[in-house]
Amino acid sequence: MNRDEIKTILLQEIGNIAPEADLTSLDPAADFREELDIDSIGFLNLVIALAERLKVPIPEKDYGRLRTIESALGYLTAAAGQQS
Amino acid sequence: MGLFRMPSLGADMEAGTLVEWLKKAGDKVASGDIVAVVETQKGAIEIETFEAGVIERLMTEVGQTVPVGTPLAMIRAEGEKALAEPQLPPAKTMPAPAIPSAPMPSHPAVIAPPAGGVKASPAARKFAAEHGLDLSGIEGTGPEGAVVFVDVEAALQRGVSAGPTAGAVVAAEPRKPSGLEGMRAAIAAAMARSKREIPHYYLGHAADITASLEWLAAHNADRAPVERLLFGALLLKAVARALGQFPEFNGFCRDGRFEPTKSIHVGMAVALRGGGLVAPAIHDADRLPLDRLMGQMRDLANRVRAGRFRSSEMADPTVTLTSLGERGADWVMPVIYPPQVAILGAGSPATEPWVVEGKVVPRQICHLTLAADHRVSDGHRGALLLRAIADLLRAPEQL
Repeated sequence: MNRDEIKTILLQEIGNIAPEADLTSLDPAADFREELDIDSIGFLNLVIALAERLKVPIPEKDYGRLRTIESALGYLTAAAGQQS
Repeated sequence: MGLFRMPSLGADMEAGTLVEWLKKAGDKVASGDIVAVVETQKGAIEIETFEAGVIERLMTEVGQTVPVGTPLAMIRAEGEKALAEPQLPPAKTMPAPAIPSAPMPSHPAVIAPPAGGVKASPAARKFAAEHGLDLSGIEGTGPEGAVVFVDVEAALQRGVSAGPTAGAVVAAEPRKPSGLEGMRAAIAAAMARSKREIPHYYLGHAADITASLEWLAAHNADRAPVERLLFGALLLKAVARALGQFPEFNGFCRDGRFEPTKSIHVGMAVALRGGGLVAPAIHDADRLPLDRLMGQMRDLANRVRAGRFRSSEMADPTVTLTSLGERGADWVMPVIYPPQVAILGAGSPATEPWVVEGKVVPRQICHLTLAADHRVSDGHRGALLLRAIADLLRAPEQL
C-alpha cells in the first residue's frame, strides 16, 4: 500500500471519529487530536480502525508518532511496508 | 397482552416523537429487543421492550409526538390469542415536539385552565408565580399548547416582564427546539432543578494512580488495539465497585424520599462533538469484567457520536461519573443529575510532586471529586467513598 492510499484511509478514519471536521483545512503539521478535540476513547477507536485496515500493530508506545497527519503518514507507511 | 409505552427517559422528559419503527405487526420480540426509535432533546434514542411476545399492532405512527406513558404498540405474550379487534383508541398526537420540563415527579398533569385562562402544568404555574410572570405572556410548548416549566424558564431568561404586554415578545412562529437548542434546554432544566432542589456538598481527594497507569501499560503492551484498556475503564470500575459499599450514593431521591438501588448503573458523561452532553448508563458496571466494560464504553462513545442511544441507557443511571479525560482541567465540581443523589468527577491525570516515605517523588495524580445530596448522605461517608475509590486504583490488578 502506498503513501497516498494510506493517507486516504487515515483521513477517512479521522473523519469517522470527527464527522463534522473539515479535513481539507487541517494543517498536516498540527496536532490533530488537539485540533479536532479527539478524546482518548475516540483516539483508541481510530487506532483500532487503522490497525485493522492497514494490518499494522500500532503499539501504545508509538502513539506519539500519530500526533500529526504528517508524522502519522510517515509512521504508518513505514509500518505497513514492514508488514508486507 | 402488554402495552409498549413511550418511556420516560429522565426526569426532564414529558413527551417524545416516534421517528422509526424497527418492528412491525406480527414480528416476534424478546425482552431487550429494540422496537422503535424516539427523538428527544438528547438525540435519537432506541427504545427496548421488556415484554416478550408478538407485536399485535402498532398504535402510534412515525412522526407523532406523544406524552410519556402513551401506548405505542400492543404486544401479545407467547400463547395468548390474537385480538379480534383493537381495544384502544390510537394515540393522540400532540401539537408540539417533546419539551423537557423539570420538576415533574411523574406523568405531568396539565391543569385545565379556568375560563379565559392559560393551560399550564402545576410546576410552571408555581414557578411563574414565584417570579411574578404572567402565564398569558408565555408561549406554551407542552401538551395542547400548555405552558410547561421550561417555557417559564426560557421566558425568564429572555426577560419577559410581568403583565399583559409581555405577549408582544412571543415569536410569531411556533418554537421548534431541535438539536443543540433542545439539548441546551434539557440541560438547563435538569441543572436548574438540581441547583434549586438538591443541597449539594462537595469533597475532593487526590488519588495516586501511578500503579494503575503502570499496570495498564503492561497490560496493553502485547495486546492488539481492540483489546487495549483505557484508564477510564479502570476508573469506572473502581467507582462502581466502591459504590457497592456505599449505598447512600447510588439510587434516586424522589419527592424528598431516597430509594437506594441494588444495581449500579453508572452514567458516563460524554461531551458531544459540537456541544452539549449526555450521560448514558453502563449497566451493572461493578460486575462487568474490564474488557467488557471497555468494549461497552467504546460502543457507547461510537453511538453517542452517531446520536443513537438505547432507552434503558438514558433512563436509568443510578449515579453519574464525569471524567475530564486526558486534556481537561485538574478537577471538576459537578452538578448532580436529578433524581440521582451523587455524581463523581475525575480531573485530567497529571504528574505531580508527591511525598512518599519522606521524599518528594513524581507520581501520576488524578483529582477525584464528589458532589452528593445532603438530604441523603453526609460528608464523612462521602470522604470514605472517595478513599475507597483511590484504594482500588492503587490495586488495579484486583479490578
